[in-house]
Amino acid sequence: MPLRTARTAPYLFLAPFVLSFLIFGAYPIIRSVMLSFYITSGPEAQHFVGLDNYLHLLQDPDFWTAVRNTATFALGSVLLQLPLSLGLALLLNRADIRGRNVFRFIFFSPNLMGLVFSALLFMLILAPRFGLLNAALHALFGLPSTTRWLSTPSLVMPALIMVALWLYTGFNMVYFLAALQAVDGELYEAATIDGAGRWAQFWHVTLPGIRPVLIFVVVLSTIGSFQLFELAFLLLGNSSGPDQAGLTIVMYLYQNGFLGGDLGYAAAIGWTLALMVLLLALVQLRITGTGKEAR
Amino acid sequence: MRRLVVYMLLVLFALLCLVPIAWLVASAFKANADFHVYPVVPPVDRLTLANFTSLFTQMPFLRFMMNSFFVAGATVILQLFFSSLGGFALAKYDFAGKKAVMGVMLATMMIPGPVLLAPMYELIYHMGLIDSHLGLIVPGMVNVFGMFLFRQSMLSVPDEMLQAARIDGCNEFQIFWHVVMPVSRPIVGAFCLIAFMGTWNSFLWPQIILQSSDRFTLPIGLNQMIGVYEADYGAMMAGTLLAVLPVVVLFFLLQKEFIAGLTKGAVKG
Repeated sequence: MPLRTARTAPYLFLAPFVLSFLIFGAYPIIRSVMLSFYITSGPEAQHFVGLDNYLHLLQDPDFWTAVRNTATFALGSVLLQLPLSLGLALLLNRADIRGRNVFRFIFFSPNLMGLVFSALLFMLILAPRFGLLNAALHALFGLPSTTRWLSTPSLVMPALIMVALWLYTGFNMVYFLAALQAVDGELYEAATIDGAGRWAQFWHVTLPGIRPVLIFVVVLSTIGSFQLFELAFLLLGNSSGPDQAGLTIVMYLYQNGFLGGDLGYAAAIGWTLALMVLLLALVQLRITGTGKEAR
Repeated sequence: MRRLVVYMLLVLFALLCLVPIAWLVASAFKANADFHVYPVVPPVDRLTLANFTSLFTQMPFLRFMMNSFFVAGATVILQLFFSSLGGFALAKYDFAGKKAVMGVMLATMMIPGPVLLAPMYELIYHMGLIDSHLGLIVPGMVNVFGMFLFRQSMLSVPDEMLQAARIDGCNEFQIFWHVVMPVSRPIVGAFCLIAFMGTWNSFLWPQIILQSSDRFTLPIGLNQMIGVYEADYGAMMAGTLLAVLPVVVLFFLLQKEFIAGLTKGAVKG
């Protein structure tokens, strides 16, 4: 008897998860592919157009603006955030540093605010005249306190990148620090005996040691950055900022699908985004994977 | 000397992290008229509780907060139950189709969330759940990441323990509930915090689904307040501060588990 229940048990245990997964995970994925071949006006009116959505998307200047903005944000965030995160982790990992847990908590604390509430906070921090940023720049460097970060096209993306930097640097640092602490200390001793300097140790012991985490964080940050929505939407509103300077891919998807009612076009934008993210991840894995296998 | 430089760098960055948060706290107690007069911190005797009062008396803030607690609470409990039970099945049993189930779920994890927005809206629309809390909770039940998190951690529960419970007369569900879940407490803690933060901060989907202001969750409600009560900066900051508190409290209760859970998957990579 116990054997029989043990045979059916795993199926029963998985059933609730698999059932809800089929309805709210698998079905929407398949349905999304189908939807992307239709022009729709809300959930009721649909008209089959084949690949037209994708063809139209390729020539849609607003979509390319969104791609350009999103790529700028992703590049800016990854290139600034990750070296800074790794640098901080290296500093914190030094044997002679005390209060490591306190620093780690402080660096992580912006993350506790969460993306949405941070955006609400930065809406005021970035405000001209009474915002903290302008006040600080004015007090420290004598810059004018009237800079309109969110209504000057060229300043919109730098502002978003800055908020993301504040929000995620500490988060990524937690990963790097954990990885650094897992590197075998004997490797450093051996390297020192072999006469390797700091730089050589970093290059030949540290980097190979944290490689899996490094790749993980790079790929995940890129994927996350390409799905930028909340920050831009909350700070800039439906209009996506001056000259669409804050229009991101997901924001464009939202505008078309849920303000314009074309769920089909939204699905096509979604799949195009998925394809771009997948290709980027593959390229990153290829670059980092074939690099240094020798130890 | 070198150590001093390191400390200075660390402190500098710590300040950059903390100053905006300190400014948030200060602004929550700042009178609206003082925003333009004192951009940083007003003198102590000018601090006021007026922002909090107006949040609760003139704005439906309490309503937003209750809505958020209801949606996040229900979602976390459902996710916890489904994911842990599923993770247990995948960790501790061999059965036909196990590989296929795991493969399909891993594959769907690669697909970015925005792809699902349009079909999910259509689905929720046909289920008649637009503008309802169920429309947020029901599609939020599935947490594939959570299921793998539980599977990973439950793999390390020794089979002998399960066998002993079986001999003692436990059925399979009792084994899960009375043996495996209690020893998985750290991962349960980590999962609850991650899942709570995810739902509490969820914005895009509620923004699509919710229409009536008495159903708004905190992120949607606070964002909407900016439009309605323009220039009530103080109340906005007070609301943001209160909205962040539950996460902070939960984090302090569960932080050990959280850091472990966060980095577990990664270091295994």
